Amino acid sequence: MSRTKAYNAIARGALWVAGAFILLLLAAFLGYMLYKGLPKLNLHFIFGKSSDLMAGGGVGAQLFNSFYMLFLSMAVSIPIAIGAGIYLAEYARENRLTYAIRLSVESLATVPSIVLGLFGMIIFVNWMHMGFSILGGSLTLVLLNLPLLVRVTEESIRTVPKSYEEASLSLGATKLQTVVKVVLPSALPGILTGITLTAGRALGETAILIFTAGTTVSRHLFDPDVMAGGETLAVHLWYLMSAGLVPDRDAIADGIGALLILTILVFNFILVLPLKYLQRHHVG
Amino acid sequence: MTEAARQKFYDKCGRYLFIASACLMTILIFSIIIFIGRQGLLTFGEVSPLEFFFSAAWDPSAKHFGALSFIMGSLLSTLVAVAIGTPLGLSGAIFLAKVAPDWLKRIMRPACDLYVAIPSVVYGYMGLILLVPILREYLHLPTGFGVMAASLVLAIMIMPTILTISTDALNAVPKALGEASLALGATWWQTIWHVVLPAARPGIMTAIVLAMARAVGETMAVQMLIGNTPQLATSLFMPTATLTSDIVVEMGNTPFGSAWGNALFLMAFVLLILSLGMILLIRKFSQRSVA
Repeated sequence: MSRTKAYNAIARGALWVAGAFILLLLAAFLGYMLYKGLPKLNLHFIFGKSSDLMAGGGVGAQLFNSFYMLFLSMAVSIPIAIGAGIYLAEYARENRLTYAIRLSVESLATVPSIVLGLFGMIIFVNWMHMGFSILGGSLTLVLLNLPLLVRVTEESIRTVPKSYEEASLSLGATKLQTVVKVVLPSALPGILTGITLTAGRALGETAILIFTAGTTVSRHLFDPDVMAGGETLAVHLWYLMSAGLVPDRDAIADGIGALLILTILVFNFILVLPLKYLQRHHVG
Repeated sequence: MTEAARQKFYDKCGRYLFIASACLMTILIFSIIIFIGRQGLLTFGEVSPLEFFFSAAWDPSAKHFGALSFIMGSLLSTLVAVAIGTPLGLSGAIFLAKVAPDWLKRIMRPACDLYVAIPSVVYGYMGLILLVPILREYLHLPTGFGVMAASLVLAIMIMPTILTISTDALNAVPKALGEASLALGATWWQTIWHVVLPAARPGIMTAIVLAMARAVGETMAVQMLIGNTPQLATSLFMPTATLTSDIVVEMGNTPFGSAWGNALFLMAFVLLILSLGMILLIRKFSQRSVA
């Protein structure tokens, strides 16, 4: 009897250790990256031009590319994903087509991002002659965003009480009017949360972009030309560590690491927490 | 057209637009399979399948395209990562579902989201500046690069996947099951180990397979830590390469459509088939749990 009690205590203790380890590791990880990188951040570094050979380059073009490509890819992904999410949540019957679509979304979500990158390279870079460009990278990024966004849209719509919809339909509204004016607005906080988290992921993505957006940037700072080279912050970090020639590459890498960590902190907390609050108090 | 007729027309258009967007998902996954597959299978025009899958001689300049060391590298690093990440993730899940007080739960959920959100280059960079020097110093290795460095970082990257999905599975086990076990005199831990965990097994298996899919497809962190040497790994501490890491390293140097380039596409196709196979495996688990 006492032995089983001892096991009980040991197990409980071990689980506390595991939980604490997981939290402390994350804290140490983020803390170390910020500790190393934050001192490197200044206006010249964040908004300045990068240099190929000399020390003292900035990451302004890469920062601009990261957000520009995120914006372009989201502008394409969001309407398609919301349409597909609406179909799955509101229209789909349990038949073969629905099964195939669900399986496709799941599969798309598990395709390794390097494979999506090679697909983008065949289609956009070579076949459509876009070359390594912001446009090619953004369109390939759509493939990464779509499955995540479809899933959150469907889930958010499913949390909207059926009674809202029934009330609207019984008042004579069409299905489309009901979906657009009643269901979507109620599901909006959830969808926006999903969009923000997906955007945070897309910002740090690398493998998908190396062979579609490339590892170069436009000669002009903040160049909105979609055919210009589309190296992002994350790709620049990788490129510096694997082929960089600048003498201060470790310092730049630390700075980029801190910038990326700051970005995901902003996306995960400052943008998402208010939305989650809204979600809890708006629906239900 | 009357107002009602017009609304009806819009309703139909909307419906077709939604169906089209949804069908696009299926079209996309099929195009990916077809285009990657077609480009990759061209390899077999010049290289025999036997050589590709069972030879570790990779020397593009001499027309040797044996991908065995990459396939083994991918499988080995995935298995080691899952072997390390599963106990940690599963303990975290039991902690989160059964032990943690409410205030801690409110911290752990977003913490898991943060783990997932950290870009894989940042994981790779941390491994490069912290883990590799530690391995080199304390184990007296020549480089510190290799499967162990890659797998340790991979284990941390896949841990949150295992944790979140297993937590949901544990929470979905009916409370009555655990209460019945406790009422029969089982201790708290006996109840978890013999009743709750087995009941949650399909969900936990799903979590592990999804984590494997993530590990086998992970590219950047692995490429920065594996050592990028096309040789068969005979130890966890020697530089080797994986399917993903070698694609990243070599794709930039190969002319599109050459045998070398096609062999890299074939490696991508192998990755694609592996990850699709895992999705079908997960379907099996979830069907059994419903039945």
